[in-house]
Amino acid sequence: MNRVVITGAGTINALGATVPETLQAMREGRLGIGPLHMRDLDRLSVKIGAQIKDFDPEIYFDRQKLALYDRVTQLTLMASREAMGQSGLEITDELSESTGVVLGTAAGGMNTWDDNFRSVYEDGKNRVHPFVVPKLMNNAAASHLSMAYNIKGPSLTVSTACASSNHAIGLAFQMVRSGMVQVMLAGGADAMLTFGGMKAWEGLRVMSKTACRPFSANRSGMVQGEGAGIFVLETYEGAKARGAEILAELVGFAMTSDAGDIVMPNQQGAVRAMRGALRDARLDPQDIGYINAHGTGTAANDKTECAAVQEAFGSHAQNVMMSSTKSMHGHLIGGTGAVELLVCLMALRDGVIAPTIGFEHPDPNCALDVVPNVARQAKVTATLSNAFAFGGMNAVLALRAV
Amino acid sequence: MSVKDKVILIIAEQGLLDVADVSLSATLEDLGIDSLGVVESIFAIEEEFDIEVPFNANAPEESEFDISSVATIISAVETLVAEQT
Repeated sequence: MNRVVITGAGTINALGATVPETLQAMREGRLGIGPLHMRDLDRLSVKIGAQIKDFDPEIYFDRQKLALYDRVTQLTLMASREAMGQSGLEITDELSESTGVVLGTAAGGMNTWDDNFRSVYEDGKNRVHPFVVPKLMNNAAASHLSMAYNIKGPSLTVSTACASSNHAIGLAFQMVRSGMVQVMLAGGADAMLTFGGMKAWEGLRVMSKTACRPFSANRSGMVQGEGAGIFVLETYEGAKARGAEILAELVGFAMTSDAGDIVMPNQQGAVRAMRGALRDARLDPQDIGYINAHGTGTAANDKTECAAVQEAFGSHAQNVMMSSTKSMHGHLIGGTGAVELLVCLMALRDGVIAPTIGFEHPDPNCALDVVPNVARQAKVTATLSNAFAFGGMNAVLALRAV
Repeated sequence: MSVKDKVILIIAEQGLLDVADVSLSATLEDLGIDSLGVVESIFAIEEEFDIEVPFNANAPEESEFDISSVATIISAVETLVAEQT
């Protein structure tokens, strides 16, 4: 089996247009959540979100490309440019067939759905742009990534709601580890901050109107974000041979299903996923210094996740640091695991633990070290990143410093 | 039909019960309605009466809309209907 390392990382989200900008914002505990800018805002009851501002796609993509690129594809391509640039990898014709893409997205081309439903239903038009289907399809971003980088191996998109990115990265990890391919681009993206998207989330009544406060007794729900995170995964030998800088080693992955409820999380499903990732990584709970929590800021998630960490980590639960950066970048839905993996990279490489901001009052049901409000310096050699999705589909990744 | 009868009908439908089995003192939990069922019942109430119900599923006990029993729900809906229509 191959060892699998990360040699490139890229992102765009409400905290920054690059990885360094994003990590700097996290070090400072900066809030990316603010008033939404959106058509028909007055008809929404939830008016906040972690929206990407100052992103003008026309600077980066020409008119013909934009006719085919939904916002989710644009964000994915922005993140992949940074990741590929950092990796320094050139996908030659020889490497091309041994390179693939796995991306995660929950909603795919949501903006395209939204805009075109408006056209035909609200504006009464009888015709839409000819590229609506290829623009909105869930695999569009992965496809454009394959075209942009001459990737001719296995490419696909997975969709497991809020765990989509972790499933995507985990599958890519297994593909490189097994020897199926040498290189994978993996990650995820979502851009659900549309009027229809917000209305759908409002309906569930789990959205906060004020702030995302994971693990805080006065939490009031989740806040939606948008963005993308992309990673270059390759074999340790391949990275060494070409002299690439290794950001971290992916060492474990596990996925479980609750087989329970369509929205309520399940402690045992989460415990089994964390234990499975540790077992796959051949790590003990004591080896883990930091957990990037799923930490949505809903009562249901936070209580279940904290209880699951207590159970999976036993007495070590009191020593492990766990934060939810959704308090800063919001919940990127299918893209969230990818942006949150950056937090693990920062912990492993820079010894900086990103905080859970917006934390005001301790919750006895979440009596763990949630790194409240201020970033912390700490030496960490291994981390977990949790994702527990609607549908009871859980995916946990384990990383180790190299 | 009164507000009370309409609310009871909505709750009965949600719990797959006969109207006669929905007692005023029952909690939604007693009637087999889980958290998702609560959210769906509130949606049905909003649609039926054309009102906005202030309710956050993260902290039901802190919401202005008291869902602790069938009777409190009826009373809260009556208040909202009076205020909002």
